[in-house]
Amino acid sequence: MYKIAAMGEKSSIYGFASIGLEIYPIEEPQEAIHQLRRMVEGDYGVIFITEQLATSIESELDRYRDLPTPAIIPIPGVQGNTGLGMRNVSKSVEQAVGSDILSDA
Amino acid sequence: MARLNVNPTRMELTNIKNKLKTARKGHKLLKDKRDELMRQFIELVRENKEIRREVEKGIEAANAHMSVARSVMSDEALNVALMLPMQEMSLEITEKNVMSVMIPVFETKFKTADANDIYSYGYAFTSSDLDDAVKALSDIMPLMLRLAEVEKSCQLMAAEIEKTRRRVNALEHVLIPQYEETIKYIRMKLDENDRATTTRLMKVKDMMLEEAHHYSEREA
Repeated sequence: MYKIAAMGEKSSIYGFASIGLEIYPIEEPQEAIHQLRRMVEGDYGVIFITEQLATSIESELDRYRDLPTPAIIPIPGVQGNTGLGMRNVSKSVEQAVGSDILSDA
Repeated sequence: MARLNVNPTRMELTNIKNKLKTARKGHKLLKDKRDELMRQFIELVRENKEIRREVEKGIEAANAHMSVARSVMSDEALNVALMLPMQEMSLEITEKNVMSVMIPVFETKFKTADANDIYSYGYAFTSSDLDDAVKALSDIMPLMLRLAEVEKSCQLMAAEIEKTRRRVNALEHVLIPQYEETIKYIRMKLDENDRATTTRLMKVKDMMLEEAHHYSEREA
């Protein structure tokens, strides 16, 4: 049984609590890194993380790319869309093909 | 091109010929694997981008509702309303094998019998915008989980494709040319030995005939 969690600024992830996700209101990058490490060892299947927070700990997130669980998925927060999520997809394409052949730009 | 440092013998030649055959077969298989992985990966990435666009739009809409709710309700009231959820979501994860890459398949489980049991508060003290926000999030949730599934699969496949591509390139550009070069070298060496032996024998024969019949003296 795997848990689903949301992490980020309080105002962005508040709503997820009511539909049954575990929420971790965190704004400090350092704190987020520690929390993530704890969660990777626990049984979390999916961790949604707001883009604002994800941007500041990108290198840490890259370490978990190749692990089967958890899937760490950036989502836009209340401050709006930074495009990090799409960039992440392009990163996968770049890793596989060598260059981003599927970008719409 | 670099060749292997081996003795130019017939035995080595046979060995390397066998190795070359294996390498070629491996190369072909890996190349097929890479092509098929790539095909599926591209499909998955397209889906990934599409779902992501939709999810981002959905979350933005939910956030807009949430902002309104926050502005009309006090923080405490919001806390009271949301911090004791009725619903709990969890996942059952099974793995699917796609070209030897284990990609996750999610199955959502809810604590309460009705998946729509999402309002953890009475409606008396909350704004209707909060209802809208919660509803919007709950509507987008299945898609978000699908996004998580697809995005993780993409990441895992990308890693596998990178590995396979490197292997194919190593075989194609290093190992196979090396073997071919070595085989050529041994063949040349063996042929050269053959010719050397033949000429030596001819010379020896000449010398033996000379010994027996003294041709050169008679001619003189």
